Amino acid sequence: MKRTTPFANLFGRSPFKALKQHMRAVVEGAAEVPALFEALSAGDQGRVQAIKDSIFAHEAEADRLKNELRNHLPKSFFLPVDRRDLLEILNWQDSIADAAQDISGLLVERPMEIPGPLKEPIVTLAQRCVDVVELSAKIIEQLDELVEMGFKGKEASRVEEMLDRLNLLEDDTDELGLELTRTLFEHEDEIKPVSVIMWYQLIQWIGDLADNAEKVGDRLRLLIAN
Amino acid sequence: MEIITEYGTILMVMAIVFGLYMTWGIGANDVANAMGTSVGSGAITVKQAIIIAAIFEFAGAFIAGGHVTATIRKGIIDPTSIVNNPEILVFGMLASLLAAGIWLMVASNRGWPVSTTHSIVGAIVGFTVAGIGMDAVQWGKIGQIVASWVVSPVLGGTIAFVLMMSIRGLILNTENPFVSAKRWGPIYVFLVGFIISLVTLFKGLTHLDIDLSVGMSFVVATLFGVLLAVIGWFMINRVQVDTSADREFHFASVEKVFTPMMVFTACAMAFAHGSNDVANGIGPLAAVVSIIQSGGEVAQKASLPNWILVLGGVGIVIGLATMGYRVMKTIGTRITELTPTRGFCATLAAAATVVLASRTGMPVSTTHIAVGAVIGVGLARGVGAIDLRVIGGIVLSWLITLPVGAVLSAIFFFTLKGMFT
Repeated sequence: MKRTTPFANLFGRSPFKALKQHMRAVVEGAAEVPALFEALSAGDQGRVQAIKDSIFAHEAEADRLKNELRNHLPKSFFLPVDRRDLLEILNWQDSIADAAQDISGLLVERPMEIPGPLKEPIVTLAQRCVDVVELSAKIIEQLDELVEMGFKGKEASRVEEMLDRLNLLEDDTDELGLELTRTLFEHEDEIKPVSVIMWYQLIQWIGDLADNAEKVGDRLRLLIAN
Repeated sequence: MEIITEYGTILMVMAIVFGLYMTWGIGANDVANAMGTSVGSGAITVKQAIIIAAIFEFAGAFIAGGHVTATIRKGIIDPTSIVNNPEILVFGMLASLLAAGIWLMVASNRGWPVSTTHSIVGAIVGFTVAGIGMDAVQWGKIGQIVASWVVSPVLGGTIAFVLMMSIRGLILNTENPFVSAKRWGPIYVFLVGFIISLVTLFKGLTHLDIDLSVGMSFVVATLFGVLLAVIGWFMINRVQVDTSADREFHFASVEKVFTPMMVFTACAMAFAHGSNDVANGIGPLAAVVSIIQSGGEVAQKASLPNWILVLGGVGIVIGLATMGYRVMKTIGTRITELTPTRGFCATLAAAATVVLASRTGMPVSTTHIAVGAVIGVGLARGVGAIDLRVIGGIVLSWLITLPVGAVLSAIFFFTLKGMFT
């Protein structure tokens, strides 16, 4: 005999917890991207494949969590924030996982050798971008506190500081990405033309990790600002 | 008149059985709702909730439960037209108890959020229309009850909102929320004791032969509040900072300060509920008893013997222990987004509203007040998500309960009438 009461039903599952859960899956996947280039640089295609599988698994988990959250967010929910803002944050979080998936997928589908001059800086770029993702995830972890405080007060200013740092870090990755592109073009004659395009594309995608993480933060900033 | 004297004993036994059945239903369903916020916030376990409810429901019913019975018994129907046929009132009250009790059980089994108050109100209206006539229903009073459906959630919600904002301002949004929580905690506990005892005293403990002046009531309520605050102060001071939990959620330690405070509000809520809702079961019972004992006299004001209050309290506690246990367990595992601070605000607000409302004699529903209080907390942005559809469902159950109670009661009324005449 199933018993429900008005109280048990009154509360939906908090979308903020689900949002944090989704972000955790996203970060776990994205964090493996630097290792992907390290493996590639070491010529260990087997490891590249293994990391790709792992990233895909995390992306699938993130997708599942995303759909679950969307299914459990009916219009009739009384939320302390605008529903659209919440879904927007979810979307940007999800596109981080997608970017990691695109990168690993391409590296497996088109086995490539990293051009010598790119080897080190591309790992550095990937790592910096992951740093940005991790910082944005840390900010998302503060959601419960923000909700508790109604997105105001000390918690809000603390998060605002974190958001400022996020923007600075993202600027760094832009700089690194630009530098890397420059290096790529300097050596474009030594690399097969198609490979140049592919590497250019990959650098963009790595940058997307940080870009999307910044978008997550920007959306959150709107929540605090309202 | 002969019917009363002839079948007096049988009718009396039936009244007691039906009355117990009704209060059993109240304990099984309503109390679980009343204690839901406390259990749901994780402040107390289901077992503790049952013990608290057993003690304080009983105390509430016994100490402060006498008031609402008047509204139920003679507020809704005008007994002047049936002075010569007291058996109609007896059959009607019996039918009402049975109808409300059965409806309550059906609804509990199906998980419908019905209100015990509305069940009995609907039942009484039903038999009145069937047995006496449309004119005998004091429709103005019904309007007042309907109004209370709006007023009570709004009132509960407003108080909860204000409490939540004060906790945010005084405790959460400070340099050291943990220290602030310890400092202000006892004040909130004082508030619990003060409000509950003040309203209880104002209501008058006439059947306990205690009648204090307004000034004395304030003094006693203050003393009681201070006493509670001191106890609370000792309990709160034993709470330590939990650094590992704080990493996950910054206010985790602050919430821990509120856990002992939650115990006080849970007691207050049980007390308030007992003082208000026990009347649903024992009001009609008292009416029957009064008519039978007086040999068929429909008194304008029947006294409420203490043994009936005790009976009501016992029924509630049995219901709680037999079926309410499971309902509360469901709540305890399913409400996850209610933290002790939020639960504290919601419960204190609900308790305050219930005692306030029963002071004015309005038969409000604890469930609806508590729902209103939870929404109030939510509006203060303390709750992650509230499903508004559920509120629609509750409103629907308010609407359906009255006619169902009325029809059931009318059927039982005719059955009883046929059996005895």
